[in-house]
Amino acid sequence: MKTQHKKVRKVLTPEQKIKRRSFISFLTFFILGGAAFGSWKWLLHAPEETPGVTAGASQPLRRALNKTELFFRNLFSHKHLARTYPIERAASDVRVNGDIGIEDEDFDQDNWRLSIQRGKKELLTINMADIRQLPKTDIVFDFKCVEGWDQIQHWGGVRFIDFITHYKLQKEAGMHYVGMETPDKAYYVGLDMESALHPQTILAYEMNGQPITPEHGAPLRLIIPVKYGIKNLKRIGTISFSNQRPPDYWAEQGYDYYSGL
Amino acid sequence: MKIIKDKHPLLIRWTHWVNFPLLAIMIWSGLLIYWANDVYTITIAGHPIIRFFPDWFNTLLDIPQRLAEGMAFHFFFMWFFFLNGLLYIGYTLFSGQWRSLLPNRHSFRDAWQVVLHDLHIRKTSPSQGKYNAAQRVAYTAIILMGTGSIITGLAIYKPVQLYWLCWLCGGYHFARILHFTLTIGYVLFFVIHVVQVIIAGWDNFRAMVAGFEVVEE
Repeated sequence: MKTQHKKVRKVLTPEQKIKRRSFISFLTFFILGGAAFGSWKWLLHAPEETPGVTAGASQPLRRALNKTELFFRNLFSHKHLARTYPIERAASDVRVNGDIGIEDEDFDQDNWRLSIQRGKKELLTINMADIRQLPKTDIVFDFKCVEGWDQIQHWGGVRFIDFITHYKLQKEAGMHYVGMETPDKAYYVGLDMESALHPQTILAYEMNGQPITPEHGAPLRLIIPVKYGIKNLKRIGTISFSNQRPPDYWAEQGYDYYSGL
Repeated sequence: MKIIKDKHPLLIRWTHWVNFPLLAIMIWSGLLIYWANDVYTITIAGHPIIRFFPDWFNTLLDIPQRLAEGMAFHFFFMWFFFLNGLLYIGYTLFSGQWRSLLPNRHSFRDAWQVVLHDLHIRKTSPSQGKYNAAQRVAYTAIILMGTGSIITGLAIYKPVQLYWLCWLCGGYHFARILHFTLTIGYVLFFVIHVVQVIIAGWDNFRAMVAGFEVVEE
């Protein structure tokens, strides 16, 4: 005869059940809570990215910024326009927020030239008289600073897309990025081509119907409503085209390279 | 005899507790961003009553000069805040849990009775199902606020690409004010919520972790 070895499962009293379920739940709760806290500590002290085109952010956060950029670039369209306003709404006292790249006191507007490399050999040098010949576009839009303020402003100049057409830079415009730099090379921005070619992107020489004042980037500055103010370079000296991301002043200080609106 | 009665499903508990640190991170990184243009005040008859935020507050929490870092954190954790919220709302809808959450036609009147009771003005205690009337109103409001934060946040984040969303929020400038106000709302909710949880006692708190409450029968 076989002896019966049947394990009888003990029936738990309600008290025991309560204890058991509470114990398991709170144990899980504290283990997961601890893991979450540990991950947070790790992220907070994660190593900084290797300085390059971008710098100043921690490695994982920079990766996240770049991935998030890829997602939101799907929303981008030349049909999506920044809202425009009647001219009366434009501020007369236009906010000045920085002078990096335009600090040179000996700068002479009359000797200013815009330099652009066309093809491999040709260097275009363009003066203001040339630029004023091109069709002029005015825009009154809400300028947005990365700091969080915004102001309705009125700018006038030549659309970047019209400029490209006039100077036969279509081949260059087929590349992925545009870089712009101040004459003293102290401030520089990189723009993805689709944002640069947006119909509201302007090389501006007028503010409120008057020539741009020195502190606002005379004689020629960038106005790009699909980007934060940090990309709206004052006093453009050179424009270049490339398939790699050009250097960008604020992307080297931990800011998102794309900074698109 | 004591019996175990299930109260909160696992997914509700999970999303609730995940949301807590996520919201804390979103508020903290939001403060880092807000600091760069900290212009909001509450002004009554020309006198600023509250300034957001006083210097001692910024110093205490080490807020100043961290805009880039704040943005990097904010635009990373926004994904998790959004997905966790979506999971909660989706589950609440499909599981039928919304029945015990959404206010019904009596809730707004009854919620007032709950408030009076909690302030010890009214003696008789109002009916308490899984949630009482005041909880229904408050918890539904906080879900709507969360949705509002996502919408106003997107309106500020991509005001050109999502121009219709920005328009819906009353423009860029107003959307930022709304986004900020909702955050202040969370903080106020949090304070009241924690006080209420402490008053409600252990059995109630355990239900949010272990899922069940104990009833005498």
